[in-house]
Amino acid sequence: MTTRFFGAPVKRNEDRKLLTGQALFVDDVELPGMLHIAFLRSQVAHARIRRIDVSRALARPGVTAVYTAADLGEYWKAGPLLVPPPPIEGSIFNARTQVPLAKDKVRHVGEPLAVVVADSRYIAEDALDDIEVDLEILPAVVDCEDALNSATHVHDDLGSNMAAHVRQSKGDYRRAAANAHLILKRRFLYEHGISSPIETRGVVALWNARGQHMTIWDTTQAPVFVRNGLAAMLGLGERQVRVIAPFVGGGFGPKIMMFYPEEVVLPWISMRLNRPVKWIEDRLEHFFATTHERGQIHDAEIALAADGRILGIKDVFMHDTGAYDPYGLTVPINSQCTLLGPYVVPNYDSTFTALFTNLPIVTPYRGAGRQHGVFVMERLLDLAAHALKVDPAEIRRRNLIPPDAFPYSNEIIFQDFQPLEYDSGNYEPVLDKALELIGYDHFIRDEQPRLRAEGRCVGIAVACYVEGTGIGPYEGAKVQIQANGKVNVATGIGTQGQGHFTSFAQIVADELGVDVTDVDIVTGDTDQFSWGAGTFASRGAVVAGTAVSEASRAVRKKALKLASDVFECSEDDLVLADGKVSITGISQKFIRLGDLAQRANPMRGAVSPGTEPGLESTQYFGPPMGATANGVHAAIIEVDPQTFDLKILKYVVVHDCGTVINPMILAGQIHGGVAQGIGNAFYEKLSFDEQGQLLNASLADYLLPTALEVPRMELDHTTTPSPLNPLGIKGAGEAGAIPVGPLFAQAIEDALDLKRNEVELLEIPLSPSRLFELTRMARVR
Amino acid sequence: MKPAPFKYIAASSLDHALALKAEHGDEARFLAGGQSLIPAMNFRLARPSVLIDINGLGELAGVERSEGAEIRVGALTRYRSLESDSRFLTDCPLFADALPHIAHPQIRNRGTIGGNLSHADPASELPAVAVAMQARMRIKSAKGGREVAASEFFQGLLTTDIRSDEMLVEIAFPAPRARTGTCFMEVARRRGDFALAGVAAVVTTDAKGRCSQLRLALCGVGETAVDASTAAASLIGQPWASEAIETVVSEVQAMIDPPGNVHASPDYQRHIAGVLAQRAITAAYSRAGHAG
Amino acid sequence: MQVERHDIELSVNGTIYRRAVESRILLSDFLRHDLELAGTHVGCEHGVCGACTILLDGAPIRSCLMLAVQANGHELSTVEGLAGRDGELHPVQQAMHDHHGLQCGYCTPGILMTMTAFLKQNSEPSEHEVREALSGNLCRCTGYQNVVDAMLAAAQTIRAAP
Ligand SMILES: Cc1cc2nc3c(=O)[nH]c(=O)nc-3n(C[C@H](O)[C@H](O)[C@H](O)COP(=O)(O)OP(=O)(O)OC[C@H]3O[C@@H](n4cnc5c(N)ncnc54)[C@H](O)[C@@H]3O)c2cc1C
Ligand code: FES
Ligand code: FES
Repeated sequence: MTTRFFGAPVKRNEDRKLLTGQALFVDDVELPGMLHIAFLRSQVAHARIRRIDVSRALARPGVTAVYTAADLGEYWKAGPLLVPPPPIEGSIFNARTQVPLAKDKVRHVGEPLAVVVADSRYIAEDALDDIEVDLEILPAVVDCEDALNSATHVHDDLGSNMAAHVRQSKGDYRRAAANAHLILKRRFLYEHGISSPIETRGVVALWNARGQHMTIWDTTQAPVFVRNGLAAMLGLGERQVRVIAPFVGGGFGPKIMMFYPEEVVLPWISMRLNRPVKWIEDRLEHFFATTHERGQIHDAEIALAADGRILGIKDVFMHDTGAYDPYGLTVPINSQCTLLGPYVVPNYDSTFTALFTNLPIVTPYRGAGRQHGVFVMERLLDLAAHALKVDPAEIRRRNLIPPDAFPYSNEIIFQDFQPLEYDSGNYEPVLDKALELIGYDHFIRDEQPRLRAEGRCVGIAVACYVEGTGIGPYEGAKVQIQANGKVNVATGIGTQGQGHFTSFAQIVADELGVDVTDVDIVTGDTDQFSWGAGTFASRGAVVAGTAVSEASRAVRKKALKLASDVFECSEDDLVLADGKVSITGISQKFIRLGDLAQRANPMRGAVSPGTEPGLESTQYFGPPMGATANGVHAAIIEVDPQTFDLKILKYVVVHDCGTVINPMILAGQIHGGVAQGIGNAFYEKLSFDEQGQLLNASLADYLLPTALEVPRMELDHTTTPSPLNPLGIKGAGEAGAIPVGPLFAQAIEDALDLKRNEVELLEIPLSPSRLFELTRMARVR
Repeated sequence: MKPAPFKYIAASSLDHALALKAEHGDEARFLAGGQSLIPAMNFRLARPSVLIDINGLGELAGVERSEGAEIRVGALTRYRSLESDSRFLTDCPLFADALPHIAHPQIRNRGTIGGNLSHADPASELPAVAVAMQARMRIKSAKGGREVAASEFFQGLLTTDIRSDEMLVEIAFPAPRARTGTCFMEVARRRGDFALAGVAAVVTTDAKGRCSQLRLALCGVGETAVDASTAAASLIGQPWASEAIETVVSEVQAMIDPPGNVHASPDYQRHIAGVLAQRAITAAYSRAGHAG
Repeated sequence: MQVERHDIELSVNGTIYRRAVESRILLSDFLRHDLELAGTHVGCEHGVCGACTILLDGAPIRSCLMLAVQANGHELSTVEGLAGRDGELHPVQQAMHDHHGLQCGYCTPGILMTMTAFLKQNSEPSEHEVREALSGNLCRCTGYQNVVDAMLAAAQTIRAAP
């Protein structure tokens, strides 16, 4: 294959529709006779349901139906355990999954109690007020530390609020600590927020009684899973259900769930009423009805040698999983594993307890727990650097895994059930590049003293991370050359802006010698491709991309074979380029791919055994384990020492995600990730009160960064191909977001010279108000 | 997030609007820019049964001034037209500082000064500006008109002196004074957010550079805009001195009782109110033509 | 309460529409679901995200904070009207494509409407001015950098145009 497109900043195929307002999103689906749905959601976090009276709502003009859990009958079922826990010896896991409509108890604010079907969303909302709900309010479990010993239980049958308890270790931490030069122990608090895509969730369900067929438009990241699951629930065959995830306005994790209550309830209503129905989540609902990622409390200690080498780490943490845990252990295991970072940690002892609380459900959101672990590790190293009087960048360098140590085994189990093993990497050059780009030495030697003398508070920071990406199980792709010469590619993943329409087209275009714009990609339509898992864990490009590559290679073979028959020459004498196959050196002797495709489906003449008609192939790829990407962020931040507001003066990202398909798309992914990381570090905080009420459920008060808060970023990369797939690619979807928290903490500490006042920033998110409180507490001390 | 049902009436004249308000009273709301009212209705926090749309009342929009006289701003004047009226910004420079802090261009294209002041959000910039500038609020009902000083107009959280049959029709600002400098500053989480604290300062000096008048108002730190001019009393008659301002800062901090919110603790709000008071007074001094 | 309807007439992208609308229908819903101009998106319905931004008599506004009935007699422009009749992209659209200024594209229509109006008034903006103009449009995907670059490039194209 000649690489004309692979690796090039090819502009996106999907842009035109999006730029002209012609792309179809779920809320754009308009169907004749469609009814609209609103959910009555619990206003309280924890209560027993005594009675729900819907009669007044039913009487309202324009209302077709109102349902509660009781109406669902046999159909009412708790959701499946989407990700079972990995087989870690001695671990405890209590599965309690979400229900379509609350039956006996409500367990978090926003949990649906009833559903109204009406002529318009306006009327449906009017009718919500007509429903009378009688609840016995229970105390709410809100804080995960309190949850452990609370007499109030989110799930009564469990006898406690423990969702899981897992210990993983390598080496012998106790022995390592006994020989340590220095041991540092701290408590860290890391809260992640909500993904808040600009498009909220939505579902449209259309039951065709005559055809006995269900079509569902869904803002999901995993259409195939949703289809298979719903078909089973509805008592239909998989071929009777089609799930379409059309253009989806951002996902970042939470748009993949099995199932959201609305996904279960809408198809049922459509069948029951024999009418199409639509539900579009509004922004207020989004704050409760879409899953979150939230807090962990870590009690961590690090044992060090005098030269700053890590001897071991011990970490005990609590993880808030919310009211249900359909995602098993995914998030806390990510924290546990990713904490180790790019460093040699010979001894590790990590234990976590996941706790049920009366708060919305926690599932992975971009980073998916990795942030929490990276924060702990990076902060520990900063504290160590300060205590040992080693430069923060230098202490990181001393601990990096050397390039000859790969594949590097960490001897514990990752979220994909495989041992945590880093496939490849070369970490030091990444660090060096980042330090050079940020001007580390110059800043510390010249800039900072000069600015300090002017009374300005500027600080620098550098943080490292690794990211397990591209995990299994598998994805598939079908590649077909059509009679018009265009190539059609179908995969089972959904796409939410990652540029799959283009990056996959690049792979195909090179393999088949066509232009990128002649490759049409279909994602997220189960009628086009019905096997696969979904878009998560930075796996789309790695896993589906490899399947696309394999399938196009197979099609290429077929095309060459057929053309060699046509021309009666050897395949070696043929070239595939510009949409045709020609004979080397005799360019006027050619056949167009479209014509070849037609010949591959002959009207006369048999398809002989062992061959298939058409220039088409379906291939699957399942990596043996995840590929590990890595990177370093560095920043210079100025803080106003009076108001504690800050300004990012410079931001640098250097990363290594193996071979790059499209550097333009990759840069976009990094930019977006950093912006979300900045939100997490300094702006976005979910503020709950003691009753489990979210106090800032609006975009006016949950602060997504704007163009003024996100700085210009300088990007660079190195390339260490992954040996785990033939293209050598690693995922990059989450890299931008992961290390921003510790970076902010380190830079702010440096800017305000907080270490001198013995103030340590051990929590995220920070804010001006919080910085004021922390520094004032220090002054009082 | 869809509004509950209501009756919509587009007022054809000021008299029509006032007659409708007299008829429907508290059940009815005027619809001006809609930039506070409609979000509240979408959340169903506000459920007026009648909306009286005053957007067609051209007579309520615009700035009028004559040499040396007060500057009269119609209630329906949109932020955008104030922002692009350079003469107005020269005459009322506090607006030049404050307007860019209000939301975003798209919202400033619709929002009105009258809607803002009638809404009386304590964290909004303009009530503090109006108080600092000693604006006069002109209010009308079908029965007649009256005038209230800004400092008496704001009565509490989202509450003003406007009665159920009345409309705010005009806001009058005093003509600019000589040797006067002004400054508005705020701290908000992001540009366009409501202020965690904001300070408007107006400093007038005499020919010798001594402070002859100092007006100080704060937003975001109480149930209404806070008139903190008395906190600066010690500066009157004094020449510029940075130490003297320190005293004002502690006076300001002592006189406010900030409520705190999800973004800021009361202590932080008190702290930055002081910081901003110092910075704003200093800048206003300097703009009045004196050291600062 | 009796459902009350109002006859309205308005122009969207040069086409005149006459409809009867209920008082409470938001302009955003009216455009999307009555006129089926679904390019205007809705992300929050409280004025913060900017996805619903359209032009009202040439000025960008939030269509989620206006009632459809208020649009009576006005001229509106939406994303569907930006490209030329022959399909040629507006310089701002083209620049967004060239600079990868969109990912999921959900925020994009609002950004396009805000920025076409902005660049008409200020075709020589600094990066900071572009960022200020953009600050009323939230994007969760791009981190804004490529959008900013696209706008600086579009400004150049617009300046160079005869
Ligand atoms: C995203 C966003 C951010 C914002 N940020 C800020 C900010 O930072 N600072 C800020 O100050 N504001 C902010 N606002 C609010 C904005 O400034 C509003 O425009 C303003 O508060 C209200 O003005 P309006 O003309 O839109 O009034 P409307 O919303 O139409 O009306 C507000 C209230 O006043 C009443 N009313 C209106 N006009 C009159 C009148 N003439 N007489 C009597 N009563 C009247 C109405 O009945 C209603 O009760 C923001 C709004 C949004 C959507
Ligand atoms: S939908 Fe109108 S601003 Fe968000
Ligand atoms: S491109 Fe997805 S929100 Fe902007």
